[in-house]
Amino acid sequence: MGSFDFAVITDNLPFLWSGLQLSLVLTLLAILGGIVLGTLLALMRLSGIAPLSLFAASYVNLIRSVPLILVIFWFYFLVPLAVGRPIGGFYSALIAFVMFEAAYYSEIIRAGIQSVRRGQVFAGQATGLSYWQIQRYVVLPQAFRNMIPILVTQGIILFQDTSLVFVVSLRDFMTVSSIIARTEGRLAEMYIFAALVYS
Amino acid sequence: MITIDQISKWYGDFHVLRDCTTKVEKGEVVVVCGPSGSGKSTLIKCVNGLEPVQQGQITVEGTEVTAKRTNLTKLRARIGMVFQHFELYPHMSVRDNICLGQQKVLNRSREEAIGKAEALLERVGLAEHIDKHPGALSGGQQQRVAITRALAMDPIAMLFDEPTSALDPEMINEVLDVMVELAQDGMTMMVVTHEMGFARKVADRVVFMDDGAIVEDRKTEDFFGNPKSPRAQDFLSKILNH
Repeated sequence: MGSFDFAVITDNLPFLWSGLQLSLVLTLLAILGGIVLGTLLALMRLSGIAPLSLFAASYVNLIRSVPLILVIFWFYFLVPLAVGRPIGGFYSALIAFVMFEAAYYSEIIRAGIQSVRRGQVFAGQATGLSYWQIQRYVVLPQAFRNMIPILVTQGIILFQDTSLVFVVSLRDFMTVSSIIARTEGRLAEMYIFAALVYS
Repeated sequence: MITIDQISKWYGDFHVLRDCTTKVEKGEVVVVCGPSGSGKSTLIKCVNGLEPVQQGQITVEGTEVTAKRTNLTKLRARIGMVFQHFELYPHMSVRDNICLGQQKVLNRSREEAIGKAEALLERVGLAEHIDKHPGALSGGQQQRVAITRALAMDPIAMLFDEPTSALDPEMINEVLDVMVELAQDGMTMMVVTHEMGFARKVADRVVFMDDGAIVEDRKTEDFFGNPKSPRAQDFLSKILNH
């Protein structure tokens, strides 16, 4: 093997960059989708309407008790069956991430919503605002403000989790690094570099 | 204008309101007082349906608050409410606090809403604070903004839930002054408070509650001059000797 040669990284920058782009795009879309869906789930859970909150609670508990890699597989094989045609690794992985992350985000957002004083809802109600107006203008802005640190943490975890998409043969950053590591015989250099990027 | 007819309410097994009956006429100021835990705040929150009741009937200007089919959102837009802990929206400027309901509920234009906010803030002496966030204001100032926010909706009546209880003593008067002025302008008001000076000055009637029940409902001078129940006599002797 000889000594370390980090030139392998600069030599393969375009390939690495393409992998990183896929990871970043997947992460960003999954965060956005996960937060939107997670907010809906959190509102359902807190709605006080039994069927809605029961559905949300079951969904969250089911997804959280299943490994992510299994969810990725589910959607890779199930979504084509449902829509009647193959949709490709990227979209099935994206759907899987959104559905999976929504469960985690909904728990974070639920805690965020509960951190907003009940009096704030009273104040909105007393002014004649509707339920959705109160959520949109009064509760959620304050909830998200309280949640920013933990949302960022969850986003980083999600970025790291995107490395699992190798199972549906997507070339994300981790897959690309690993391909280069094997073809160039520079395992140590590439995995050190990958570790630095993910941290 | 506000009629409360034999209402009862429970939290689980706890009987918070027992068969309460009273009313507030148009232009009248009614003060609700009593020891803490007697149900005053709960009673006033029932008037605009923030708290549901299990028995009895509440009507505001002919609209039955307690009926299932009533559009509470619409009704609440017409009744102003001021809370013990102000409940201004901390993430919005004073201006946006006062404009939100006007724009979203009354569909006023932004310009019209701001105009109204400026005029009302001027009246309560806070015009120069319109750009600030609530956190930058003192408690007394925040409560005056909260009153302004409620008044901006042109309410037919105002409910005050212990508006001065969370304030430092030196700030109580600036809030009470605004309320006195409002009362003298003929606003219909229902006020839960321990400020007996305020009650004496502007209240037409005093409702005294104890243990979830309305014990006395009298003209102000009768209540202070000649309280009938031992419980009210005891309450007054404690609160007035300081």
